[in-house]
Amino acid sequence: MKENIAAPKRRSLGAWALIAAPYLWLLILFLVPFLIVFKISLSQVAIAIPPYIPAFDLAEGWQAFRDNLSELSFENYIWLTEDDLYWKSYLSSVTIAGISTLLTLLIGYPIAYGMARSPRSIRPTLLMLVILPFWTSFLIRVYAWIGILKNEGLLNQLLLALGIISEPMVILNTNIAVYIGIVYSYLPFLVLPLYASLERLDGSLLEAAEDLGCPPWKAFWKITLPLSLPGMIAGCFLVFIPAVGEFVIPDLLGGSDTLMIGKTLWVEFFSNRDWPVSSAVAVILLMILVIPIVLFQNQQQKMSERDG
Amino acid sequence: MTRGPTWFNITSLVVGFSFLYLPIVLLVIYSFNESRLVTVWGGFSTKWYASLLQNEQLLDAAWVTLRVAFVSASIATVFGTMAALVLVRSGRFLGRSFFSGMIFAPLVMPEVILGLSLLLLFVAIDQTRGFWTVMLAHTTFAMCYVAVVVQSRLVGFDKSIEEAAEDLGCPPVKTFFLITLPIILPGVIAGWMLAFTLSLDDLVIASFTTGPGATTLPMKIYSQVRLGVTPEINAVCTILVALVTVGVIAASIVTKRQQVQRERDERAAFGNDMT
Amino acid sequence: MAKKSIGPVRREFKPWESPDHEPFIEFRNVTKKFGEFVAVDNLSLKIYEREFFALLGGSGCGKTTLMRMLAGFETPTSGQIFLDGQDLAGIPPFRRPSNMMFQSYALFPHMSVEKNIAFGLKQDKLPASEIVARVAEMLRLTKLEQFGKRKPHQLSGGQRQRVALARSLAKRPKVLLLDEPLGALDRKLREETQFELMNLQEELEVTFLIVTHDQEEAMTVADRIAVMDKGTLVQVATPAEIYETPNSRFVADFIGDVNMIEAKVAEKSGMGTRLVSVADGFVIESEQETDAGVGDSVWYAIRPEKVRIVQGRGQDGVPNQINGLVWDIAYLGDVSIIHSKVGENDDDIIRATFANVSRMVEKPIMWEDEVVMSFDRDAGVILTG
Repeated sequence: MKENIAAPKRRSLGAWALIAAPYLWLLILFLVPFLIVFKISLSQVAIAIPPYIPAFDLAEGWQAFRDNLSELSFENYIWLTEDDLYWKSYLSSVTIAGISTLLTLLIGYPIAYGMARSPRSIRPTLLMLVILPFWTSFLIRVYAWIGILKNEGLLNQLLLALGIISEPMVILNTNIAVYIGIVYSYLPFLVLPLYASLERLDGSLLEAAEDLGCPPWKAFWKITLPLSLPGMIAGCFLVFIPAVGEFVIPDLLGGSDTLMIGKTLWVEFFSNRDWPVSSAVAVILLMILVIPIVLFQNQQQKMSERDG
Repeated sequence: MTRGPTWFNITSLVVGFSFLYLPIVLLVIYSFNESRLVTVWGGFSTKWYASLLQNEQLLDAAWVTLRVAFVSASIATVFGTMAALVLVRSGRFLGRSFFSGMIFAPLVMPEVILGLSLLLLFVAIDQTRGFWTVMLAHTTFAMCYVAVVVQSRLVGFDKSIEEAAEDLGCPPVKTFFLITLPIILPGVIAGWMLAFTLSLDDLVIASFTTGPGATTLPMKIYSQVRLGVTPEINAVCTILVALVTVGVIAASIVTKRQQVQRERDERAAFGNDMT
Repeated sequence: MAKKSIGPVRREFKPWESPDHEPFIEFRNVTKKFGEFVAVDNLSLKIYEREFFALLGGSGCGKTTLMRMLAGFETPTSGQIFLDGQDLAGIPPFRRPSNMMFQSYALFPHMSVEKNIAFGLKQDKLPASEIVARVAEMLRLTKLEQFGKRKPHQLSGGQRQRVALARSLAKRPKVLLLDEPLGALDRKLREETQFELMNLQEELEVTFLIVTHDQEEAMTVADRIAVMDKGTLVQVATPAEIYETPNSRFVADFIGDVNMIEAKVAEKSGMGTRLVSVADGFVIESEQETDAGVGDSVWYAIRPEKVRIVQGRGQDGVPNQINGLVWDIAYLGDVSIIHSKVGENDDDIIRATFANVSRMVEKPIMWEDEVVMSFDRDAGVILTG
């Protein structure tokens, strides 16, 4: 009926201004910067300020523009394929993010499930407890783990005191620390959508299953799990996508051999001051992330369509 | 789901929430540690808080951060609310899906890319970097979060309330301020708070877009952390955590109170038809 | 408000019958499309001043769209709408002299009852003293005096409905538009409110246009009803005309319960028409004349309450008399609806209303009983479309 059809209507000046203001802001401060990144990724490095030779300079006129066009090079991209540091970084970013996502799911599912099955009266409190860390500084939460994980840190002290280990384990500055950091930091992102889909699950479905002769554990497997799948997928995307580009966690918790693309980009930019190469790294990182982002958007769209 | 929790459920909740909170609790405890060695408990002391007050650099950074956060959250709230209105209300227009793409992309985009691209923009237009560039950068990504928060509030909004106002002679813009804004205000405030904490929290984007004289608190903390864990930083972190916790809990208590009051009113009103 | 009968006033009120009466609201060839979907299809309609007019139809028939075009929330794709002689094209909703009562009530949740009612008056920049007086009057009219300071969520459904009504009437609009105004109330409250609406309309002398899918509601409150289907008007007439002389199968079916008997025209004369039912061959004599020719297929529509039913068996071939076998009985308390099978097929059923006038009947009509049903020459209508 009529409500479903958002017909284009004649708009007043004010309505156009309403659209134009945020639109222009995002065009100038979100889209244009990307085009610049792309442009600079095709330029050459220079020892100057800024440290690159501009690829286009409109001030020099059309002829210069044409000259520039012919000088454009994919050199930086070729460089990325030749130096194995980069593709190893990409690969290891995706692997680390993937493993961390799985771990987050394994830890997050029982939490979300426990929340959904707790009494209705305490659910809002539990929900707030999950959200609260999200409001506290990310940096602080990562930093807190350094004191716990380092060689003379609290975890090792505890394990030594309990006699479980005889000498300190090396955890900080390894990939394990990175996994712990990612799981810890992104856990709320997974628990929230998962909890939402579990909470919505109608309890009478499980009763119906049991009534029809299905034991509880099987009912979980056949009813609960499939119906929570949309929440699971959404949560996993919300962990995986930002984890791939993560910088703070591998930098503070990872070791010198922990390769993650966010960190590589940071080092390339701040330490090596190679702007064109770091731009190229950013462009490729973006291209890697486009696939999961689009998949995620599609899934969200499908979910919202189904919910009406 | 309505069934009661099993022991497995309770255990997983206890373990899960301990995992979430233990690191922060430890950090808070050790901020009161007498000893300089972070991992050795040397007795209770507040001396690190006292020494914070002497640390000019840290205080400067905190002041810069608060200013950036306040200004960027406020602008982001205005633009984010506009964007949410456009997404929910404007129907179709040329480039609508492109627009919504630009709103949602920053939410999942790695911060390093956002930071790098904004820096390159500021370099390209020859803008000296400092307070204003960080502020612009934070506003840009924070407005997307605000848009999402306000949008969720607007989706459940009965549009006929606005139509009623217009029907009674109120022009559209006035309707927005008299009717729509007061009703979506909780969402707008939540959006502002989110934008504020995101800005307060951000290390990566600020590191790219800032310049001399505008070092933010996360940048300061980061550079000190890289040198090792210090009780002073624990103290800073504790203060930040305390502020946010108090803020969030206060906000949720207020909402909860209003909700309870509202439910009580509605129950009381229910019987009126009978009399 | 005092419950006085408005019968005498209503009996005299028939402006649509005099050709020199100017319409107050006029839809002239109005079409509204949403994309490919035609919500209102080349529709023309005249509504007169002080009339209580109902737009009746199922969901998606275009009745709400028609009303929203009058209020200004939708723009007609083509055609014109006039209110009190003024073409409404291009006039935004907030400048139109009509007010609307919304289905969801659309009360402003952050304002008290008084503020809600005063809202429209404030937009007109009326002096404060007049606003106060007008709000007090509206509170009195809707019996909400002691609730002025409350917020909408502190009110019951019935009270919210009255606030919405008070708010939309406060500005003394030229037309009050009511979009399913009683849909959210329970049955008893709804019936009470219908009479209150009628009294209020009489007292304020405002033209009311109501949109509803509830035929009883439309028949109770309205001077005239427009039955809508697929964006067009099927019939525009008084409630009695609509019920007793529906102009089509759609209207007959939509309003009330009806037996629809397929028949062929057997004979036409100045005295009426003679039909033979297709299913069972029984003869129907009607005093109505029809455009259909002899041999044409028509429908004979007759309301169950116009069919008399007694036990026994009648002679075959007597006009307006049918033999049947009781198939189903729906006991409704005041009446029973008796479904009797009159033909070979399972759907050759005629329903008759049997008034339960005494509490105990010695030999009540039972399942499988043989019954004979009969009706008068003017009991039903012949429909060709």
